[in-house]
Amino acid sequence: MSAVIFIVFIVGGSAALSWPLGRYMKWAMDPPAVVGARRRALDRLFERVTGRLGREQQGWKRYMVTLLAFNVIIFAVSFGVMALQQYLPLNPDGMKAIEGSLIFNTAASFTTNTNLQHYSGESTMSYLSQLCALMWLQFVTPAVGLAALAAMARGLVGRAPGNFFLDVQRATFLIMLPAAVLVATLVVLGGMPMTLQGAAQATTLEGATQTIARGPVAAFLAIKQLGTNGGGFFGPNSAHPFENPTFWTNVLSTISIILIPMACVWMFGRIVGRLRHAAVVFGVMLALMSMRIACAAWFESAPTQAFTALPIEQSTGNLEGKELRFGTAAGPLWAVVTTSTSNGSVNCMHDSLNPMTGLMPLIGMWLNEDFGGVGVGMINMFVYVILAVFLAGMMVGRTPEYLNRRVEAREVKLAAVAMLAHAFFILGASALFAVTPWGTKTLNNGGAHGFSEMLYEFSSSTANNGSGFEGLGDNTPPWNIATGIVMLLARFIPILLPLAIAGSLASKRPTAQSAGTLGVEGGTFAVMLTAVIAIIGALTFFPAGALGPIVEHLQFMP
Amino acid sequence: MNKQTIDRPDVRGNPTSVSTPQTQLGASIKAPSRPGERATLESARGAAKTRPLFEREIVRKAVRASFVKLDPRHQLRNPVMFVVEVGSVLTSLLFLQALFGKGEASAAFTGAIAAWLWFTVLFANFAEAMAEGRGKAQAEALRRTKKETLARRLRQPLQATEQERIDTSETVASTLLRKDDIVRVKAGEFIPADGEVIEGVASVDESAVTGESAPVVRESGGDRSAVTGGTRVISDWLVIRVTSNPGEGFLDRMISMVEGAKRQKTPNEIALDILLATLTLIFLLVCITLLPFSIYSVNAAGQGTPVTITVLVALLVCLIPTTIGGLLSAIGIAGMDRMIQANVIAMSGRAVEAAGDVDTLLLDKTGTITLGNRQATEFVPAEGVRIEELADAAQLASLADETPEGRSIVVLAKEKYGLRARDVETLHAHFVPFTAQSRMSGVDLNGTVIRKGAADAVQRFVESKRGVFPPRVRAAVDNIAKQGGTPLVVASAQNETARVLGVIHLKDIVKGGIRERFAQLRRMGIKTIMITGDNPLTAASIAAEAGVDDYLAEATPEAKLKLIRENQAGGRLVAMCGDGTNDAPALAQADVAVAMNTGTQAAKEAGNMVDLDSNPTKLIEVVEIGKQLLITRGALTTFSIANDVSKYFAIIPAAFVSTYPALSKLNIMRLATPGSAILSAVIFNALIIIALIPLALRGVRYKPAKATTLLTRNLLLYGVGGLIAPFIGIKVIDLVLVALGLA
Repeated sequence: MSAVIFIVFIVGGSAALSWPLGRYMKWAMDPPAVVGARRRALDRLFERVTGRLGREQQGWKRYMVTLLAFNVIIFAVSFGVMALQQYLPLNPDGMKAIEGSLIFNTAASFTTNTNLQHYSGESTMSYLSQLCALMWLQFVTPAVGLAALAAMARGLVGRAPGNFFLDVQRATFLIMLPAAVLVATLVVLGGMPMTLQGAAQATTLEGATQTIARGPVAAFLAIKQLGTNGGGFFGPNSAHPFENPTFWTNVLSTISIILIPMACVWMFGRIVGRLRHAAVVFGVMLALMSMRIACAAWFESAPTQAFTALPIEQSTGNLEGKELRFGTAAGPLWAVVTTSTSNGSVNCMHDSLNPMTGLMPLIGMWLNEDFGGVGVGMINMFVYVILAVFLAGMMVGRTPEYLNRRVEAREVKLAAVAMLAHAFFILGASALFAVTPWGTKTLNNGGAHGFSEMLYEFSSSTANNGSGFEGLGDNTPPWNIATGIVMLLARFIPILLPLAIAGSLASKRPTAQSAGTLGVEGGTFAVMLTAVIAIIGALTFFPAGALGPIVEHLQFMP
Repeated sequence: MNKQTIDRPDVRGNPTSVSTPQTQLGASIKAPSRPGERATLESARGAAKTRPLFEREIVRKAVRASFVKLDPRHQLRNPVMFVVEVGSVLTSLLFLQALFGKGEASAAFTGAIAAWLWFTVLFANFAEAMAEGRGKAQAEALRRTKKETLARRLRQPLQATEQERIDTSETVASTLLRKDDIVRVKAGEFIPADGEVIEGVASVDESAVTGESAPVVRESGGDRSAVTGGTRVISDWLVIRVTSNPGEGFLDRMISMVEGAKRQKTPNEIALDILLATLTLIFLLVCITLLPFSIYSVNAAGQGTPVTITVLVALLVCLIPTTIGGLLSAIGIAGMDRMIQANVIAMSGRAVEAAGDVDTLLLDKTGTITLGNRQATEFVPAEGVRIEELADAAQLASLADETPEGRSIVVLAKEKYGLRARDVETLHAHFVPFTAQSRMSGVDLNGTVIRKGAADAVQRFVESKRGVFPPRVRAAVDNIAKQGGTPLVVASAQNETARVLGVIHLKDIVKGGIRERFAQLRRMGIKTIMITGDNPLTAASIAAEAGVDDYLAEATPEAKLKLIRENQAGGRLVAMCGDGTNDAPALAQADVAVAMNTGTQAAKEAGNMVDLDSNPTKLIEVVEIGKQLLITRGALTTFSIANDVSKYFAIIPAAFVSTYPALSKLNIMRLATPGSAILSAVIFNALIIIALIPLALRGVRYKPAKATTLLTRNLLLYGVGGLIAPFIGIKVIDLVLVALGLA
C-alpha cells in the first residue's frame, strides 16, 4: 500500500508541477509577438551574443543544418579536450591518455544527451575533461532537444522554425540553468555534499583512516536529473549515499527526471495552441508509463529467483541490488522513470531486477516517447501521432489531417523511416553482436540473461538513455565504436526527420475543421494512439523480448 | 439547370421565359423524382447494380488472371506481395532440397508452407483480377453502346452548299475518326464519337448512356451542344465536330482506370503503400535478426536447433501486412467500379479520393433542392374580387400555357375551386403568348383581355388602361416575394378599363427528404451552399425551408467562382456540379467538379467527373463513395496489423520451443504441434484474403456520421475484431489439421 501511495505521489506530483512549468517554458522558448520589456531584453541579449547568426529568420533547411553543425562543433570540442587531456592543465591527478574508441564513444555519448559511460570518471577523466568535455554538454544537449521541439511545434501551425542559436540560448539560460540552480539548492538542504574541497579524511572507530570522496555533487546531480542526462558523479550513480542521501532527495531526484519531459508536452500544446490535444498526448504517455511502473512494482514485489526456495522472509520482494533506505518500490519506479525519459541515472542495479521487471525499462527505451528525453520525447511521440492520424484518418473517410494539415506520402515516408531506423539500430546491432565474439566474449552471464544485457546496451544507446544493464564488459573497441555510431545516428535521425515533416506540413495550406475531420482531442484518438504505439512496439520487439527477459521469466515459472 | 435564371435574373417574375429551357433540361433532371422514370433509369444500369459479387464468367477469367499475375514484374508494383512471392520461391527451393537431399526441415512441412505461400499470392491476384473483371464488365456494358459505326466525314464542312458537302464527304469507320474531324449524322444514325454540335438541331436518344428514355434536343451553340458517341439521332440532322481521339473518350478513360496494370495510384494509396512497405521492411528486419538471436540462444542454452529459413519465411509472410497489401489494388479498382455503377465517370482515381475530403457542396437550387419548376399554391384576390373570380381568370389565362407553371395554375384552380379545364378552341379565345416586350401572357376572350405577369409589367398594363394598381395587391406581392415565392399578378380589361384581380402565389417546391439529407451532411461535417439566380429574399426563404447552411443569391458565374475561391482559401475542399459553358471556370476551380452529361463540352472538360444521369443530387452519392473507399483501406490496414499479435503467439513459441521449452507457455492457443501451429498461421493468413474479397469489392458499410463516431465504430470492428478473430481462426484451422491427421 505504501508503495502505491509513494508512486502516485511522485508521478502525480510531477504531473501537477509540469503544468505551470510548461507554461513558463512556452514563455521562455516561444514568447508571444508582444512581450514585456524585460522578456525582450533577454532575447536582445541572446541575439547580441551570437550576433548576426542569432538574428536571422532561419528556414527549415537552415535550422536543421545549424543544429547539426552546432552538434558537430560540440562533439569536436569534447573529443579534442579528452584526446589532449594529458597535455592540458587542470589535471592534478595526472590522468593518462584515453583509448581512442573510448574517447569517440564518450564524446558521442555526451553530445547525444545519452551519457552512456564505458569508463569510471574518477580514474579516467581529468578535471578539465569533466568540466569542458562533459559537464557543459549536460546543459546544452537538452537545450538542443528543446530548441528542436519548439521549432517543430512552430512548423505545425505554419510558422517558420525560428532561429536555432536563439532557441538554444533560451533553453539553456532560461530553463535548464535556473531549474538546475533551484534543484541543487534543494538537495543541498537535503544533505547532499556541495564542495570544491578534496576528499575528506576520516578516522574510524577502530582508528583506521578512511578517504571519503566528495565534491560539487549537488550541482552535478541537478542537471544530471533535469536534463535527462544521467551520467553520475559517483560510479554507483544515484545509489551512492552522497548522490542520493535520503528519502527526500530520492523523491526530488525522481521528480526531476520526469518533470521537464512532462512539461515539454504542455509547451508543445501551448505553441501549437491545442492544449486539449496536448492533454490527450500527455494522458497517453502517462498511461503507458504508469502501466510499466505498475508492472515493474508488481514483478519486483516477488522475491528474486534464487531466494524463492529458501526458508526466509519473502514479503519484502526482491531486494537484490537495491538501496535499503529507499525500499523495493523506489527502485523499480526509478528504473521505469529513468528509462521512460532517456535519463539513464539509476538508484538500483537493473541487472538484479527480476526478469519481467527488467523488461519494463527495455520497453520504455523501445517506445522512447513517454515521456522521452527533454524535447526529443515529444518529437518521438509526434512520429507515432502521425502514424495514428494516418490510420485513423482513413478510417473516418478523409485524407488524413493533423492539426489541419494534410498528412500525405511525404510525411508518412519520413515518419516511417524514423520508425524503421529506431528498430534497425536496436535489432540489427544486437543481432550482429549476438553471433560475433564482439558481443559473446564480453558477457558475464550466459543464456537469456546474457542476451538481455546486449539487447539492453543497444536499446539504451538507441534511445539515448545511457543506463546500463551492467554485467557487460563494454569498454572494448567494438562496443565503444558500435554504440558510439548508434547513439549519434539514433539521436539525429529522429530529430531531423520529424523537423522535416513539420517543415513539409508548414508549407501546406491549412484545411478547415469540421465534424467530418478526425479530432485529435478526444478519448477515441487517445485509444487509437495508445494502440498504435503498443502494437507497433510489440510487433517490432516481441521476438527479441521473448528470447530475453520473457523466456528468462518463464524458465523459472512453475 | 437554372442556367437561364442565372443568366437573366430579372425574368424571375415570368415563368414563361424560364420554362423554355426547362422543358428539355428539366426532363432529365426531374427524372429520378418521378417514380415511373426512376424505374427505367434503374434498369438501365441494373446490369451493374444487380450483378452478383461472384459472377461465374468473371470468376473464371479472374482465376486465369491470378496465374498470369504471378509475373514478378507485375508483383513489383506491390512490395508486400512481391516479398511473399520471393518467400514462395525460396520455400519451394527448400522443398526441392528437402525432397532430393537433406533439407532443413521435413519435405512435407516445407512443401505445405510453400504451397500456402503460393496460395497467398494467388489469392491476392484473384482479388485484384475480380475487381478488374467486374469493372471491365461494367465498362464493357457501357462500351457496347458505342457500336462500331460508319461515319460520314465532311471534307468541306464550311461555306459549302449541302450538295457540295455530300459530294466531297467520305465514309469512314467511327474508330478512325480523329479529334476535330467533322461528321454529319442524320436521323436514324448513331453518333460515331463524342463531339460538339456545330450545325443543326436534332432530337437525340441518349438512353443507351443515361438510361433516360425521353429524347433530348441537341443543337449548335449554347449549353446543349455536346453529344456522346453511341447515342442515336432520331430526327433531323447534326453536323458534329469530334472532340476526342479514339481511345480518349470517357469510356476508354474509365476502362483504363479499372485495369490494375495501367491504373495510376492515387495520392493516399501511395502514402499507404509507403507505410506498408516500411512495415514490411521492419518485419523483414525482425525476421532476419531472429536468425542470429536464435543461433545465440542455441549456443547459450546448449540445446535445440536454430530456427529454419522456412519458419522465418512463414513468420515474415504472416507478419507483413498481406491482408491489406493483397487487397489494396482491388479496393482502389472497386472504388472506381462503384462510381461507374452510380453512373458517374471519374476522370481520375484522384478525383474519387478527393470526393471523400469534400467540406463544402455547392448545389444548384433548381433540380437539386427544389423540383425543377415553381407551382401555384394560392390565389390572393384583390379587394372586392371574389376568389372564384380570380381563380377563373387565372385558369383562363393559363389554359393554353404549356409551361409547368401554367399547368400548375390550372391544376390549382381545378383542385381548390372545382373549375374544370375548358377548351380554348370552343371558347373562341385567343391565346397571347409571353413576349420579351410585354413580359405578360394571357388570353383575349370576347372582348375581355386577361393578362398575368410580373407585378411591374401588369402595373404598366393596368395603368395604361386607366386602372389603378391597388396598394393591397402591392402588399400581397411583396409578402409573397418575402416568403420566397413568385407573385404573378392577374388583371383583366374590358372596354379599355383594366382592374387588378389578384395575385397567384407560385412557389418553389423543395424536394421531399432533402432536408434530412442536408442534416446528415451537416453531421458528416459537410457544409451545403445553395446557388440560385433568385433574389436574396427568395433564396433565404428556400434555404431555410431546405435546411442548407448557406446560399448564394443572384448568382453569376463570377460570383460562383469567387465563392469557391473564398471557401478554398479557408481550407475547404469544394465540390460542385454544373452543365453550362459559363459554369466551366467554376468547375475548373472546384476540387471535385461533376459535369452533367447533358452539359456542354466545355463543362465536361472543366470537370473531373461526368454524371451520365445528369442528376445534381448525385454529388452527395459521389462524396459517400469517396469516403467509403478511404474507410475500406483504413479498416483493412488496421485489421491487417491487429492480426499480427495472434500470429506471434502461434509462431514464436513454435519456432523456439526446441531451444527454450519454457516458451511453450506462450502457446496460449494450445496449438497441437510446432509444425501445425506455424502452418495454421500461414493458412489463416492466406484464407483471410479470400474471406475479405467481398468486403474489398463492396467497400465497408458506410453510414454517414461524424468522425468520432466513425472512428470508434471502425476501431472496435476492425481493430479489436482484427485482434481477436485470428486467435479463433488459427485455433480452428489447427483443430482441422489435427482432425485430418496432418498435425
